[in-house]
Amino acid sequence: MTVQVWTAIFVVLTFGLYTAIAWWTRASSTREFYVAGKGVSPLANGMATAADWMSAASFISMAGIIAFAGYGGSVYLMGWTGGYVLLAVLLAPFLRKFGKFTVPDFVGDRYESNTVRFLAVVCALFVSFTYVAGQMRGVGVVFGRFLEVPVETGVLVGMAIVLFYAVLGGMKGITYTQVAQYCVLIFAFMVPAIFLSLRFSGLPIPQLGFGWGGEDVSVLSKLEGLDRELGFTPYTEQGGGNVRNLFAITLALMVGTAGLPHVIVRFFTVPKVRDARTSALWALLFIALLYTTAPAIAVFARYNLMESVRDATWSVSAETNDDPSIKPLPEWVRSWEDIGLIAWVDKDGDGAVDYAPGAAFVGKPSFAPDEARGDHGERMLVNEPTKAKNELYVDRDIMVLANPEISGLPDWVVALVAAGGLAAALSTAAGLLLVVSTSISHDLLKRGLLPNISEKGELRAARIAIVGAVVVAGWLGIDPPGFVAEVVAFAFGLAASTFFPVIVLGIFSTRMNKQGAAAGMITGLLFTASAIVWFRFLHPELDTAEHWWFGIGPKGIGSVGMLLNFVVSVAVGACFPAPSTRTQDMVRAIRVPKGAGAAASH
Amino acid sequence: MEQQHARYWRRVLRLTGVLLGVWFVAGLGAGVLFKEQLDAIVIPGTGFPLGFWMAQQGSILVFVLVIWGYARKMRALDREAGVEEDDQ
Repeated sequence: MTVQVWTAIFVVLTFGLYTAIAWWTRASSTREFYVAGKGVSPLANGMATAADWMSAASFISMAGIIAFAGYGGSVYLMGWTGGYVLLAVLLAPFLRKFGKFTVPDFVGDRYESNTVRFLAVVCALFVSFTYVAGQMRGVGVVFGRFLEVPVETGVLVGMAIVLFYAVLGGMKGITYTQVAQYCVLIFAFMVPAIFLSLRFSGLPIPQLGFGWGGEDVSVLSKLEGLDRELGFTPYTEQGGGNVRNLFAITLALMVGTAGLPHVIVRFFTVPKVRDARTSALWALLFIALLYTTAPAIAVFARYNLMESVRDATWSVSAETNDDPSIKPLPEWVRSWEDIGLIAWVDKDGDGAVDYAPGAAFVGKPSFAPDEARGDHGERMLVNEPTKAKNELYVDRDIMVLANPEISGLPDWVVALVAAGGLAAALSTAAGLLLVVSTSISHDLLKRGLLPNISEKGELRAARIAIVGAVVVAGWLGIDPPGFVAEVVAFAFGLAASTFFPVIVLGIFSTRMNKQGAAAGMITGLLFTASAIVWFRFLHPELDTAEHWWFGIGPKGIGSVGMLLNFVVSVAVGACFPAPSTRTQDMVRAIRVPKGAGAAASH
Repeated sequence: MEQQHARYWRRVLRLTGVLLGVWFVAGLGAGVLFKEQLDAIVIPGTGFPLGFWMAQQGSILVFVLVIWGYARKMRALDREAGVEEDDQ
C-alpha cells in the first residue's frame, strides 16, 4: 500500500472517531456548551489542554525551528512550558473558584465595569482569530502534502469536521475529542522520534539519546564538530549572546501563554479547585513529553541532514553508484525537492552540494516553468543566488515531516505523522473557535446587549456564532492575509501586556480598582502594539538590535508592556477609591477553595 | 474564621513566592542569564553543556516538579486550614 492509501485510511479512521465522540458527548445546556458541565476529570482535562495548546506549529514546525536556531530555539521551549507554572500557581485555581464561564466574566465582575469587560472581549477575539487562521491553513497544508488535494479542499474538509463536533458538542464535545486527538498526536510524534534515537544513539529515549555518550561520541558533540567544520556557529551556542533580548522573549512567551483565553478557559471545566491544580500538572506533563522530544528530533535531523548532504553528488543515487569515492545523494532529498521544500543551486559548478551558513538564494524557492532541469537533474530556480558559499535551501517543516522517510520507516508511519499533524491543528482550532463563540454569545449578548436572552436562545446564539467563526477562520485559512504569521507571534506579547497583569492583580490585590485596571490594560496594549507596528510594519529596516527600545526586539517587548501595565495599574489604582466591600469579599472568597460548588451554580 | 483565612492566605503567598523563585532560577536563570557560565560544565557521560541542557530539557522538568509540589503542598495547606472542598 502506498503512503497515500495509508494516509487516507488514518484520516478516515481518526475523523470517524472524533465524530463519534462528538455525537456521544453532545451538549444540551449552556453550562455543558461553555464549560463541559464542569465535570471533566483532571487527567482528561490535562490531555485536552495539551492538545488544545499544541498547535499545527508545535507539531510540524517547532523541531525544525530549533534545528536551525540551535540554542536560540530554547526561548520557545522554556516560554511555552514555563507559562504553565504561572498559570498553575497564579491563575487557574482562583479562576476555577470564581466559577463562571469566561475570562471577560471574571474581569468584568471583579472590576465592576462593562468597559473593562468589553476591552477583554476585544482582546480575546483578536488573539483567537489570529491564531485560528494558522490552524486552518495547517489542516489544508497537511491534506495538500499527503493526499495531494488542493490546500483549499483541505481547509474545507477541516472546516466541516470542526463545525460538526464544535456545534454539536460545544466544550463537552471538544474536550473529549481533544483527549483522543492528544493520543493520536503524541503517538505520531513519538514513534519516529524513538526510531531516530535508536538509529543514531542506540537508546530508545530521545531525550537522553541526543546527548548520550560523552563529549566526543554523543550525537550533539558530533553535530557541533560538523558545525565547526562547515563554518556554522556550534549548535549549543547558536542564537546566544544577546542575553537581555532572549530573557525578554522568554518572559513574554511565558506570561503570554498564561494569559491566552483558550488555555485559561480549560481550567473552568474541572469539578474542583484542587482539580484545577492537578489538571495543570497533567497538562504540563503531557506537553513536556512533546516539548522535550522536539529538541532531540532537532539534533538528530540536523545532524543527519548535514552529514548526508554535504559534498554529495547531486546526479548520483545510492543504487546506481559503484564508485566508492563519490558520495551519492540520499533519495529523500530528491523526493522533497519534487515537493519544493528542498532546492539546490550549483554555484561552483562541481555538481556536489556545498552546505554552509547563509541563504543559498534570495527568498523562498520559485522554480522555473515546465519542470526545467539543470545539468545534474536538479530543478532549476529563478531566484537570485546569493554570494554565500551555501548552495542548499531546506524548509524547516521537513524536519518533522521527513523524519520517517529519513530513518527508513514504513509507509504507515509517514501516514501516522499526517494524522498527528491534523489532530494537532484541529484540536487547537476547535478550542479557539469555542472562545470566539463564547465571547460573542455569552460576553457580548448575555452579559451585554441582550441580558434577557433565554438559556435556549443563548445556546442557539453560541452555535450560530461558532458557524460564523468557522466560516471566517476558513476564509482566513484559504486566503491568509500576509500579516497573519507576524501577528500570531505577537498575540503572546499582547496577551502578556493586557490580560495577565489585570487578572493577577484582580486575585492578589483586594485594593485594585477599575480605574487602575483600565489604565494598565490600555497602557500595556498601546505600548506593545506601537512597538510592534513601528518595527514590523512602519520601519522594518530599523528592526535590528541597535535600534530596539531598551535593547529588546518586538518579539520580547511584551515583557516591558507587562511591567508597564503593572506599574501604571498600581499607581493609578492608588489615586482612586478601593472597590466596593462586595467585590473585596468576592476576592477573599476566591482565595479559599471551600464553597466552590456553591459559586459554580451560575 | 476571618483570621484563619488570612493566615492561610499568607502561607499560600509564601509558598507561591518560593515556587516562583525556583521557576525563575531554573528557567530564566539557568537557561538564559547564567547559561554561558554553566556551559563550562558538561554533564558527565553526555555531550550536554549544562546551560544548554537546562534551557532545552532541565528547565521543563523543573517546571513539572514545581507544579507537582504546588498541587501537593496546597492540598496539605487546605486540609490544615479546614478550607478544602467538600466531597460531593
